[in-house]
Amino acid sequence: MTTPASPAQVNSIGLTKSDYRGLPSTLCPGCGHNSIANQIIAACYEMGLLPEKVVKFSGIGCSSKSPAYFLSRSFGFNGVHGRMPSLATGARLADTGLEFIGVSGDGDTASIGMGQFKHVVRRNMPMLYIVENNGVYGLTKGQFSATAEVGLVLKHQGTNPYMPVDICMEALVSNATFVARSFAGDSKQVRELIKAGLAHNGIAVLDIISPCVTFNNEENSFHSYTWSKDHTEPLHEIAFVPKLKEIEFDDPFEEGEVREVTMHDGSIVILKKLEKDYDPTDRWQALRVMEEAQRNNWLITGLIYYEKERPSLTDLYNLPEKPLNRLGESDLRPAPETLERINTQFM
Amino acid sequence: MQKIINDFAISIATVNGSGSQTANSTLLRAFFKMGIPASGKNLFPSNIQGLPTWYLIRVSKDGFTARKDISEISVAINPATFMQDLQAVPPGGAFFYADDIRLPIGRSDISLYPMPVKQISREADIPANLKDYVANMVYVGVLAHMLGIPEAVIHESVSFQFKGKEKATEVNMTVVRAAMQWAAQNLTKSDPFAVEPMDKTRGLLMTDGNTAAALGAIYGGLQFAAWYPITPSSSLAETLNQYLPKLRKTSDGKNTYAVLQAEDELAAIGMAIGAGWAGLRSMTATSGPGLSLMTEYAGLAYFAEVPVVIWDIQRAGPSTGLPTRTAQGDLTMVNFLSHGDTQHIILLPGNLKECFEFGWQAFDLAERLQAPIFVLSDLDLGMNQWMSEPFEYPNRPMDRGKILWEEDLEKLNGIWARYKDVDGDGIPYRTVPGNLHPAAAWFARGAGHDETSRYSEDPQIWENNLLRIRKKYETAKQYLPAPLIDESGQDIGLIAYGSVTPAVEEARVLLASQSGVRTDFLRLRALPCTQEVHDFAQRHQRIYFVETNRDGQLRQLASMSIPQEAHKFRSACHADGLPITARWVADAILAQEEK
Repeated sequence: MTTPASPAQVNSIGLTKSDYRGLPSTLCPGCGHNSIANQIIAACYEMGLLPEKVVKFSGIGCSSKSPAYFLSRSFGFNGVHGRMPSLATGARLADTGLEFIGVSGDGDTASIGMGQFKHVVRRNMPMLYIVENNGVYGLTKGQFSATAEVGLVLKHQGTNPYMPVDICMEALVSNATFVARSFAGDSKQVRELIKAGLAHNGIAVLDIISPCVTFNNEENSFHSYTWSKDHTEPLHEIAFVPKLKEIEFDDPFEEGEVREVTMHDGSIVILKKLEKDYDPTDRWQALRVMEEAQRNNWLITGLIYYEKERPSLTDLYNLPEKPLNRLGESDLRPAPETLERINTQFM
Repeated sequence: MQKIINDFAISIATVNGSGSQTANSTLLRAFFKMGIPASGKNLFPSNIQGLPTWYLIRVSKDGFTARKDISEISVAINPATFMQDLQAVPPGGAFFYADDIRLPIGRSDISLYPMPVKQISREADIPANLKDYVANMVYVGVLAHMLGIPEAVIHESVSFQFKGKEKATEVNMTVVRAAMQWAAQNLTKSDPFAVEPMDKTRGLLMTDGNTAAALGAIYGGLQFAAWYPITPSSSLAETLNQYLPKLRKTSDGKNTYAVLQAEDELAAIGMAIGAGWAGLRSMTATSGPGLSLMTEYAGLAYFAEVPVVIWDIQRAGPSTGLPTRTAQGDLTMVNFLSHGDTQHIILLPGNLKECFEFGWQAFDLAERLQAPIFVLSDLDLGMNQWMSEPFEYPNRPMDRGKILWEEDLEKLNGIWARYKDVDGDGIPYRTVPGNLHPAAAWFARGAGHDETSRYSEDPQIWENNLLRIRKKYETAKQYLPAPLIDESGQDIGLIAYGSVTPAVEEARVLLASQSGVRTDFLRLRALPCTQEVHDFAQRHQRIYFVETNRDGQLRQLASMSIPQEAHKFRSACHADGLPITARWVADAILAQEEK
């Protein structure tokens, strides 16, 4: 019996990890955004998504450059500042069988993009909406963003006098069906939340604290590596199990300590209880925990809120099985006699 | 007294929101159904209820449909404008008024007809809760009797308004009949105006331009529309919502379209561009202020070369301006909409039939040219009632442009580049999301990019790309609707587009018959200007651009594209927010000719 040569490591659809890579990053070395791009690559690879079936969107800013650095075999559209959600919404209806990933930043989402952010959330448009949140405008060299904490001192900018916008809180009060927060330094949690967000049938808001190593990484800053590491308060340890995959863990959670959340597509998110008995399907509790964290100066991470049943935007349009963008003239142009009838109606 | 048959205008003054629309539309439809050419214009305020509104009906045996400067017949139901309406009646005219308005009349040079509007509707045998809604049918009945519209025609017209619903028709007809009877018993006709049946509307239809545009889009295979409410474009999107469910379902009842009301125009254009990029026939409809908000995304669609159709139903600006009044004031803005070197392709429908035609053709052009296509209508064309020949079914198959699917890429062995000018016409090839060929994907962006759509700041690549996009603008000329020229070797040429056309055509008759000034006419139907416009200008001594804006925007643009002829260019600019009239056009030209 001959043993075949060991193949390159492949995923469930026979692709290697390099099939998911993008162009080399042009962001600063050590930028949190790069590690997020790597976790998007890992998550898509591990989930066995066909890259051609993923579509990437972004607005303007450092974060919005990053879709070029993952999934080169996926379509992408880099829109205008803060208005990636509308671009994605229009494209979403063209082929509902695709996975959508939107990458935005705190400048892109919490300032000019606040309106589109809230409305894309309200419409429950199926897309993983990642906010790479660093509290600062990097590309224009270090101005305060709307998520910068009050009192933050930045070189050349002075002291931030205004209260910050909390992305997760905004998502929650806009009736988001999936709200999560993580920290770019916690690769595993980021990756598992990306997977869960991709499996969700609706908007999945994932706010990732992603330190800016150049302009906002002071030890006392909320958006720094040091501060985040010291103040992170995970709600649970998290693992994602894709649909139909046999449950296998390197480090299985002990029974009795876990809570399973079944996603719309049949995949499962397993949450290991930490100190709190946290129920991510309870919106009231989610709001309370977030408020509590803010008062205590904690950074709550994990799956904060999840709602499975609400129909997504694409569920509401009664679209055919065949993607809209593959319909031809026979489907799209009504018959001549219908126009004759209409003409007669106006006579 | 010499009778004046089928040649007059009626002005009806009511209070906005009082339900006069049904009454006014009934009268207009009745003339039309009698075979008499007619048009209707609503001069309404930016208000839901309470402010004055006027409805103008023109009846013209000669088929003229532009607004008339004077209305020989006036109907005054609104006390607030009573004196103004009274003063506007020309000597020899007729003044019908609600008799509960007790204001001094003081005119003996016109025919006066008081109407007991409240009494007739109060005494009519109809449900009490409906009496306020149908009070306006009193003037319909009185005018029908005094002008000679048969009751059966009014009945047919009321039934048309209520889409054949018998109960509603009967309630309204009860009031009409009572009013006709009252007029027969109480009024003595002392004015010369009357109607008689003709045969000049047979085979024609009557509706508004926004309806025609929406239907055209539906027959053009519209797949996605995003919009935000704004006067005067809202009814275009609402008409999509009205007809799409009836016309565009698969055999198993699924929708072949999606329409989404966005949170604002910034989002509406973003959605439309996203859909166009993803391979849908996509559009939005707006007006000037909305277009201002769409500016940045319009530039991205231009530069990333995304097919999308944008209807601008123009209203009077700048700023909020006069939201319910008409203008052709967006032309210059749209031509250059967005920063940097941007130049757009614009369609200019001049009647209902073209609203329909350009409605479907715009998608072919957008996908063929991979560019935003703007269609400029206005409030007058879009919201007012016009006669039209029936809409014609598209005479050619859809043009989906240079789009590559899996099998196409297979044949090319996956070798292609998104922005490469393979055919020398400036138009590259594109793929859309959902195409699963491993070489299909590309990254669209508003930033500088090379032929493969990768980010690039290379000076030569940047400039070459800009030049190629300009080449598309030249390529576009062969696909655009050509100007229509009516020419007999005169010294004077007129150039106009859109809703001013009926007034220009009538003004040419006035100029020739009353002043012996003969003119040629070129009606522009698209921008950029083609060689035909250049040649027309060259063949004439003086060119008048007739348009409804202050600065002569069409003349400005023509001067830029035909600078060698610009010394001949003159403007007849009408900018008061009302539809232009033939008399005004003729006088404006005569005044300059006399200089």
